[in-house]
Amino acid sequence: MASTAPVRKAMTGKAVTRAPRDTAHEGFLTHKRGRWAKVALTLSIVAMGAYLLTDPVPRHNGGTWLGYLLGSIGAGMIVWLSLLGVRKRVIGSKPFSLKGWTSAHVYLGLSLIVIGTLHTGFQLGWNVHTLAWALMMIVILSGLWGISLYANLPERLSANRGEVTQLQMLEAIRTLDRQLDTAAQPLGGEDAEFVRMSLEQCTIAGSLRQRLFGNYASDGNARALAAISEKVMAGLRSGRADDRLQQIQFLLERKEAALAQARRHISLKTQLELWLYVHVPVTIALLAALLAHIISVFLYW
Amino acid sequence: MTTYRIAIVGSGPGGLSAAAHAAKLGLSHILLEKTDHLSDTIYKYQKGKHVMATPSQLVLRSPLDFEAGKREVVLGTWNEQTAAAGVNVKHGAEVKSIVGTGAPIPGSVMQLATRNRDGTTSTTELQRNAPPYRLTLTNGEEIMAEAVIMALGTQGNPNLMGCPGGNLPHVQYQLDDPTEYTDEHIFVIGGGDAGIENALGLCADPAQNNTVTLINRTADFPTAKDANVKALLAARDAGRISIMAESNTTMVEPGFITVETRDGEVRARCDRIIARIGSAPPRGFVESCGIEFASADRLAFPKLSATFESTAPGIYVVGALAGYPLIKHCMNQGHDVVEFINGNLDLKPADEPILEAKFAGLPGRRSVAEWLEYLRDRVSILNGMSSLQMREFMLDSAVKLYRAGETIFERSAPGSSLFGIADGEVAVEVNPNDPSITVPIGTGQIFGEVGLISGRRRGATIKAARDTIVVEISRNAALKLMSQVPSASREITRINTERTLLQIFKSGLAPADLVDVIAGAKVETIRAGQAIIKEGETGDDIFIIRSGSMVVEKSIGGKPVFLSYVPAGSYVGEMAVIDGSARSATVRAAVKSDVIRLAGEPFRALLAAKPQLLDKLRGEMASRTKLNNFVESKKDSFSGVVDMYTGVANFLVEQGVGEATDVLLIDEKLCVGCDNCEKACADTHDGLSRLDREAGRTYAHLHVPTSCRHCEHPHCMADCPPNAIHRGPTGEVYIDETCIGCGNCQRNCPYGVIRLDKTPPKKPWLLSWFLFGSGPGPGEASHKWAKKHDPAYAEKAKKAIKCDMCSGQEGGPACVRACPTGAAIRVSPEQFLSVSLMNREDR
Repeated sequence: MASTAPVRKAMTGKAVTRAPRDTAHEGFLTHKRGRWAKVALTLSIVAMGAYLLTDPVPRHNGGTWLGYLLGSIGAGMIVWLSLLGVRKRVIGSKPFSLKGWTSAHVYLGLSLIVIGTLHTGFQLGWNVHTLAWALMMIVILSGLWGISLYANLPERLSANRGEVTQLQMLEAIRTLDRQLDTAAQPLGGEDAEFVRMSLEQCTIAGSLRQRLFGNYASDGNARALAAISEKVMAGLRSGRADDRLQQIQFLLERKEAALAQARRHISLKTQLELWLYVHVPVTIALLAALLAHIISVFLYW
Repeated sequence: MTTYRIAIVGSGPGGLSAAAHAAKLGLSHILLEKTDHLSDTIYKYQKGKHVMATPSQLVLRSPLDFEAGKREVVLGTWNEQTAAAGVNVKHGAEVKSIVGTGAPIPGSVMQLATRNRDGTTSTTELQRNAPPYRLTLTNGEEIMAEAVIMALGTQGNPNLMGCPGGNLPHVQYQLDDPTEYTDEHIFVIGGGDAGIENALGLCADPAQNNTVTLINRTADFPTAKDANVKALLAARDAGRISIMAESNTTMVEPGFITVETRDGEVRARCDRIIARIGSAPPRGFVESCGIEFASADRLAFPKLSATFESTAPGIYVVGALAGYPLIKHCMNQGHDVVEFINGNLDLKPADEPILEAKFAGLPGRRSVAEWLEYLRDRVSILNGMSSLQMREFMLDSAVKLYRAGETIFERSAPGSSLFGIADGEVAVEVNPNDPSITVPIGTGQIFGEVGLISGRRRGATIKAARDTIVVEISRNAALKLMSQVPSASREITRINTERTLLQIFKSGLAPADLVDVIAGAKVETIRAGQAIIKEGETGDDIFIIRSGSMVVEKSIGGKPVFLSYVPAGSYVGEMAVIDGSARSATVRAAVKSDVIRLAGEPFRALLAAKPQLLDKLRGEMASRTKLNNFVESKKDSFSGVVDMYTGVANFLVEQGVGEATDVLLIDEKLCVGCDNCEKACADTHDGLSRLDREAGRTYAHLHVPTSCRHCEHPHCMADCPPNAIHRGPTGEVYIDETCIGCGNCQRNCPYGVIRLDKTPPKKPWLLSWFLFGSGPGPGEASHKWAKKHDPAYAEKAKKAIKCDMCSGQEGGPACVRACPTGAAIRVSPEQFLSVSLMNREDR
């Protein structure tokens, strides 16, 4: 075989050294041995120290030099933290670690509780300024909620799916549907109606409520299974067991199990995303309120 | 009977081109084609298949035109031009024998070995006769020709069904277009890859409404690729196909088939039978014509001269049968061989300009032929090559002049090529801490063989000691060289053993010290899972792992506990030599491996003579003992942790991590399933993701997704017609743009990480998606979107794509960079399969 693909030149020099990469096996919370936790903690302590050691007249508020400083830092951080959503989508070829960004996002975000609150000088009221603070707190709390989900759910997600992918789960349900359809051909009208119930009135995920609380008792397949099981039991009791119905029952049970796995999977994935539906829109509201807050402060100086 | 000047057997690209050229030169000729159409191999391609024309820099010198395009266009052009050139084609002419009718050629007797059914071989002698040749066809017709061009290809003849009715018209031996058949009861016979792929193709679209059954002689599918078997079983489970295992067809009737199954005979409705029960390679026939092959190896090619003449004078071999699978090569050879037969022995091959370019810029003003002769003469391992082999070999190799002091390669750089010194001398920096200590390698010798054999990174920096001309032999060319020239293979192995020893033991050893040790060295191939050392046994052999990798296990409390992972280039078994004790642990192969076995006795003598070496080994032994003790102590306190560690290590080895150089792992305790890794991969690689996060195996929340492991000896490289798969400068295995989309690599990859797909059009940039929702957003675009936004998309050719480890991207692997939680890591197995794994559970 004579190929004429160019033979690469002897491989030497810096150009061939592999791009440096992060091979440390640590999660975003422990990234670089908690570098950003340390930074955030230091920032908070310094801010608190400055707050306690200074005694402005008439009192602490956003208008003192410390208030301006904390406000500027806080506003800058809010804008930067909200850019994570952009960073995550722009990959490019340059070195960066999204894990590092997430880590910084989490810890610096938490330090905003201290910085933002000290900036207010504990002067809260029913105005646009407090609105910005309140929105910030909602964003941070929803973030905390997200962290707790990120810490607990992946393990359950992994355990539930085993080595099955989402597509395979759905495919398995479709296969069972086909088998049910075939097995139902010789059945009488009433029994066939139950199978039809499983085939046509079965939703895999259902409403958000169902996804979160997992109540699928009224679903077509569950109802069909209950009805068929009852008929099979009745048949057994009367001593006239119906093989075809038992086969249907078996298939409905398998489908129920397959549905349960898929639903748990969807439920966990929903939970892992749900908090973002609070976190992100409120962040956008916060950015708007922040702008209003800054403009109004300078307008009514 | 007329005697033709040239008879051409086979009308593929090579044969057609030869016939057309003979017609153009006005030579009397006949083109013999078995079927009723020209170029059967390409004719049998699936409808509409895109035929590639690589290598692109090679000039086409055939009288027929050829450029990349659809199968129909290529065949149409050839049919037209063959007719226009006035080629004398004889269809339906299958050649049964070719015998010389001249006087017996003195001394030209060929030993023909035939394998009998019972496994024995018998040898018959074949006396070659001088031309002209008599070609006998299967219908009894005879044709006389002075010269014969064999352009048979390697397809061979499909095995036919032997049962009654096997010759009925609804039995076919190929499947051009699986979508052609609808509403039929189809039986596919044969559980090899061809049968399975055909069967899957027929049942792929439920709308075709075919009832497909696959009949297999045995209970399972040992000859088929794992991925195909899995797909077949999945199709069966989904109810799309039925499988009749342990079954034989006993009778075929119009509309029905009778099958003998384990449970008795079954007669079923059957509208079509597709029999894919293997094919007989043409080797037997070719040998019976007096053409000798290079070796008994199944993949060997015929021995040929520089003019493609075989060992039977006047019979020439070109094309795939000669070892050139690419269409352009075949066509050029068809032209060239006719020129040769016509007496134009000065014709320069079409690759001459390519070779000229390779030698350009070197001192000495030699012609291509002189350069080839110079290299063959000077570099000892090349001595045994023929001039045709040298030409072909040089196409895959490079020659370069290094000025004194110039670096040829650096320690730890990846690279699997072999170097031969044609002139000059190089210096090997054996001690990384002190570059002043060097060992010379002189003219005629080779270096770089460790990287070639083990697939590991370079062990030392090598610089030119003075102005040096070096020939760099690519891995493929080197492997071919080793299989064609046994003496080269032996020499490379000997040098490799010696150098591996020197490199491992360093400590001021010289090759002279090792003579006794090497004399008793044996290279052994160990299959995956086989133990080379068993705990508790006595024995003092030392093993050097030449390729592959090993795992070390110790039985603690009755259970095997994983101790360590030993990559190629390391040694095991030295403890017994030093302290004479029984083996303290079991060492077994993680993947198929080659080891060098060294006898203990000469080694002990070496240790006695070299006390520094003994000290060095003692030091390493101490650290191994420490590891053993550490694991054992952990076992007492945290037996669960050690079990988990062993479990994870074994799981990873099972997943092929033992032959990996770089593997993507996902910690599912951290993975939130955002698929940002896949999106990042697609966004940095032409919009196509090379990884499937969710697929793949998982153990203890450690997931090995479907993504390339960059194997030490990549399976995908094994059979790439355009030779488009290479190992790049940073260790990545990548596919270059000369890919012809044949899918061999995809079939050969045991991990299913290669896919065939076409590049989607460019997406609108991120901000316009962010703000106005235009385009599909980050990640891989759907085929539907691609189709809508690129009018040429449907017609584009699919090419093989795989992970390239983001080489050339400053930031390293995008999948790892883009993981928000740190779940995805890319590591080498040595990095990961260490005791640090044990701490994973503590975190």
